[in-house]
Amino acid sequence: MFEAFDATLIARIQFAFTVSFHIIFPAFSIGLASYLAVLEGLWLWKNDDVYLELFNFWKTIFAVAFGMGVVSGIVMSYQFGTNWSVFSDKAGPVIGPLMGYEVLTAFFLEAGFLGVMLFGLNRVGPRLHFLATAMVAFGTLISATWILAVNSWMQTPAGFSVNEAGQFVPVDWWAVIFNPSFPYRLVHMVLAAYLTTAFVVGACGAWHLLRNTAPRRARTMFSMAMWMAAIVAPIQIFAGDQHGLNTLEHQPAKVMAMEGHYQSHPDGAPLILFGIPNFDDKRVDYAIEIPKLSSLILKHSLDAPLAGLDTIPEQLQPPVGIVFWSFRVMLLMGFSMLGIGLWSLWCRYRGTLHTNDWLHRIAVLMGPAGFVAVLAGWITTEVGRQPYTVYGHLMTADSVSPIETPAVGASLIAFIIVYFLVFGAGTFYILRLMARLPRDTLPELGEGPIRTAGVTPGPAQPHGGQHGH
Amino acid sequence: MDIDLPLIWAGLIAFSVLAYVVLDGFDLGVGILFPLFPEKHDRDVMMNSVAPVWDGNETWLVLGGGGLMAVFPLAYATVLPALYAPIIAMLLGLIFRGVAFEYRWRTRRGEFLWNWAFAGGSTLAAFAQGLALGALVQGIPVEDRAYVGGWWDWLTPFSIVTGLAIVVGYALLGATWLIMKTRGALADSARTIALRCSFATIAAMGIVSLWTPFLEPVYLERWFGWPTAIFSVIVPLLVLGCLYLLLNGIRDRHDTQPFIAALGLFVLGYIGIGISFYPYIVPPSLTIWDAAAPDGSLAFLLVGAVILVPIILAYTAYAYWVFRGKVDPEEGYH
Repeated sequence: MFEAFDATLIARIQFAFTVSFHIIFPAFSIGLASYLAVLEGLWLWKNDDVYLELFNFWKTIFAVAFGMGVVSGIVMSYQFGTNWSVFSDKAGPVIGPLMGYEVLTAFFLEAGFLGVMLFGLNRVGPRLHFLATAMVAFGTLISATWILAVNSWMQTPAGFSVNEAGQFVPVDWWAVIFNPSFPYRLVHMVLAAYLTTAFVVGACGAWHLLRNTAPRRARTMFSMAMWMAAIVAPIQIFAGDQHGLNTLEHQPAKVMAMEGHYQSHPDGAPLILFGIPNFDDKRVDYAIEIPKLSSLILKHSLDAPLAGLDTIPEQLQPPVGIVFWSFRVMLLMGFSMLGIGLWSLWCRYRGTLHTNDWLHRIAVLMGPAGFVAVLAGWITTEVGRQPYTVYGHLMTADSVSPIETPAVGASLIAFIIVYFLVFGAGTFYILRLMARLPRDTLPELGEGPIRTAGVTPGPAQPHGGQHGH
Repeated sequence: MDIDLPLIWAGLIAFSVLAYVVLDGFDLGVGILFPLFPEKHDRDVMMNSVAPVWDGNETWLVLGGGGLMAVFPLAYATVLPALYAPIIAMLLGLIFRGVAFEYRWRTRRGEFLWNWAFAGGSTLAAFAQGLALGALVQGIPVEDRAYVGGWWDWLTPFSIVTGLAIVVGYALLGATWLIMKTRGALADSARTIALRCSFATIAAMGIVSLWTPFLEPVYLERWFGWPTAIFSVIVPLLVLGCLYLLLNGIRDRHDTQPFIAALGLFVLGYIGIGISFYPYIVPPSLTIWDAAAPDGSLAFLLVGAVILVPIILAYTAYAYWVFRGKVDPEEGYH
């Protein structure tokens, strides 16, 4: 049944599928871990139990999402070897140590303190518990830093030489880690994670405001989320613009594909808003375009010349259709988020933030916007890196493991079935948890004792004593 | 440079894999034993006994994978394709049992599903790890920096035996862990199971040990040639010592002694494999030095490992300390 595909294509589909599922969870848990740390910090500082209640509510959701992130992440750490063995052999000496540092500095930190954060409030007391929460949040950020250094090195490799075995060999670690695209990509991704979480929290708050179940908690989280949206969305658009300029400098072919510039424009390139890339005729059909705007954005000059894909040999061009569309989807999400942020500021100014039903309805609708934007953005940058794995130095076709097509095909099918089943169930459970924000004044209907700490003042000891001493 | 970086790293990777085997061994073992405890209450306690630490335990597996890619990229790039099917099976098993820790508490109607996912996933992951171990011991052919064997090479009578051996061994670790962490009827059942698993584990270790030397001439020479044959006497004696402590500990209703003795068995088995392998990392094709990354990579990560591994061990120990003692059946955030 796989005759139509070659093993490389199936391996690529498998990697794209597993990494796309995986990135959903960190994109949420990076932001949520920080949000939890803020909530617990506010609880300790202001001694207002609404923050502890929100902390306990989101903590349970975090546990489910984090668990999914862990198990889908273990797959990633082995898939380089199983399916991209040549890439692993050649690039391992450079990117392997960075991933090693990710495990040593981040994964152990998260895992070590996660147990204390989830189960240990009664055992260690509020201050040490806050430290554990902060460590988990810090760990997610360190993890993002290392793995984005790895990805950025694959996009804009630096600080290496090649030995006689064909391996990339580190020459200057500083240059490897702080490769040209790393700072931009890191900022762009961390902000994306924060925005993603803000819109999930915002949607959850808006849902409960519409249903009027737990007004105080819903108002608090909705307000916090909308502050994030209003502040971070414009910063993110600026960061994205800077990232784009960086890409133009180091990976011009990717930007050409994003812009749909099949042809060079010697005196000012148009910005194509929408259109249908036509691979055969090398042009964008039905294009709606604004003359010279692309040159203005990318070169800060209306008449600046911009080279097109006609300057790149066809076998070295990224697939234009995918990159063109995914980039526009990301932009649409980004500007919609900015719109919500500004709208919320206006409502806040008018005093209708918690009463404007339309704002709440749209905010519920925008709940998944961050995930869509993150996936679209990653598709843009990863597909835009093609046909290379290590940009300019190692072709994707030369990176793959010598594994027969049926073996890869079978594993791909297994991953698809298991991921939809397992992560589908997980998403369902998360949505159900979000829908069950306990009412403000009633005792929480948890299944176990520790969660009842959410409705009693202070670090409650529900069984009237210390545990485990 | 006088320091033999590849050798140091071989030791560190071996340590990290050992840490993984003994730590995730007991929490996978708890999953393997799930079907033997049909009561929901027992299962809740069993799961809560490992819930705060399983994630940290599995991080050693990520360190094993990520670390291998960093310091022995050629081993990573040849072993994983050679063991493609068992590795994928292990990953899928770990997915099912990993999510079960949270999912199981999120539904009443579907709880039985996640009980099965926890038990089945744990067993599958353990069996796949044993298969992978057996296939690695049997040897992996490498030419021109690539695996050149077939796609079913990992499946042999020997690897099936090692697969079963790991399942039984993890079950022993899990049972002795439960003896240490639980009370009453649950702990009593765990004692009965631990006793049976002890004999099964020793039998499996014996079969694998007697079989291994005849797989590769190198192993035969190692175990029956002078002076390494000394180990052929010492290691089995130590194994018997551990077995004695294990059985006595179970009989005398010690809380921790059975678990420690079971860990000892695993460490000894692991040392035995290490003695057989040295100096190969992918027997019989690649030595530690063949597969090592350039010194620049080894040195860079070693600096971090030397500083960070002790810190990691310290806060991991702290996390275990926070949850020390018997599991309180009423506790758990769920």
